[in-house]
Amino acid sequence: MHIPDGFINGATSAGFGVAAAGGLGAAIKQTGKYLSERQVPLAGLVAAFVFAAQMVNFPVSIGVSGHLLGGVLAAVLVGPWAAFVVLSVVLIVQGFVFADGGLSALGLNIINMGLIGAVGGYWIYRVLLRFLPKDARGVTLAAGIAAGIAVPLAAMGFLVQYMIGGTATVPLGTVFTALLGTHILIGIGEGVITALVVGAVVRNRPDLVYGAPDYAGERTEVLV
Amino acid sequence: MKDKRIFLIGLLVSIVVAVVVAQFASPNPDGLEFVAEEQGFAETATDHRLADSPLADYGENLTDNAWLNTAVAGFIGTLATLAVGYGLFWLARRSNRTASQAP
Repeated sequence: MHIPDGFINGATSAGFGVAAAGGLGAAIKQTGKYLSERQVPLAGLVAAFVFAAQMVNFPVSIGVSGHLLGGVLAAVLVGPWAAFVVLSVVLIVQGFVFADGGLSALGLNIINMGLIGAVGGYWIYRVLLRFLPKDARGVTLAAGIAAGIAVPLAAMGFLVQYMIGGTATVPLGTVFTALLGTHILIGIGEGVITALVVGAVVRNRPDLVYGAPDYAGERTEVLV
Repeated sequence: MKDKRIFLIGLLVSIVVAVVVAQFASPNPDGLEFVAEEQGFAETATDHRLADSPLADYGENLTDNAWLNTAVAGFIGTLATLAVGYGLFWLARRSNRTASQAP
């Protein structure tokens, strides 16, 4: 999922870099509005867990693997804007400490995983929850399905970036088909892992789960 | 369960995932890498600017012991992410409190 340097031209990467920096600033501001003091360590922990889980590539097809994106997982636990911050932190550590994900591509990756994967994924979660029971099972199911949809959607973010500033000449249509196919498979893994983790937390401490009806803290009003 | 206990359990799970479970990660290319190779645009990727840093590619060239490399990278990465995340969330809260206290 991590875009390396070179796939997308410099101008496009820089544009997305500016957008991602602005987005991160706004996300930090929004997070500050609702995050309570006792939630600070837990939000940091969610970032650490997403980093750890992203190290574990699981096989999805012959010769292809995928790993957790963690956008919906983080958003349901700590809220969509804190999740944007979580994904940004994970990508910054991966890019600067582990040379994973290009530094010029950091903005591209933050928009795909933080904005589309986490904030967009959370919106899908909220829509799904309207049609499901407002209990631990409904939350778990909605989180799993939303996570499954968020992965191919985030991959489509790359497609748009490739359309704008891709350095290769491979036709958009063939990239689209290949990208969608593999990421639907990865999305299934994403959905299962997200449901397992969110399910475990919401069954024990629904008061800590931002996206759960029984959440005890404050929510931001900016997003649904 | 107390918050502190939840935090410690979560941290332990994260470290176990990064240090132990990551040892069994699939070595195959991920979705985007696979598509790039299959469609023939993988070579448009340029070298990472920090490709020579000690922990590049999750410590791949740190020692001759691949298990140890992954374990060290996973441990350091999990704690580094926790530290940066904690710091940013702490700042987020603090900046907001300062703003709301302003006259």
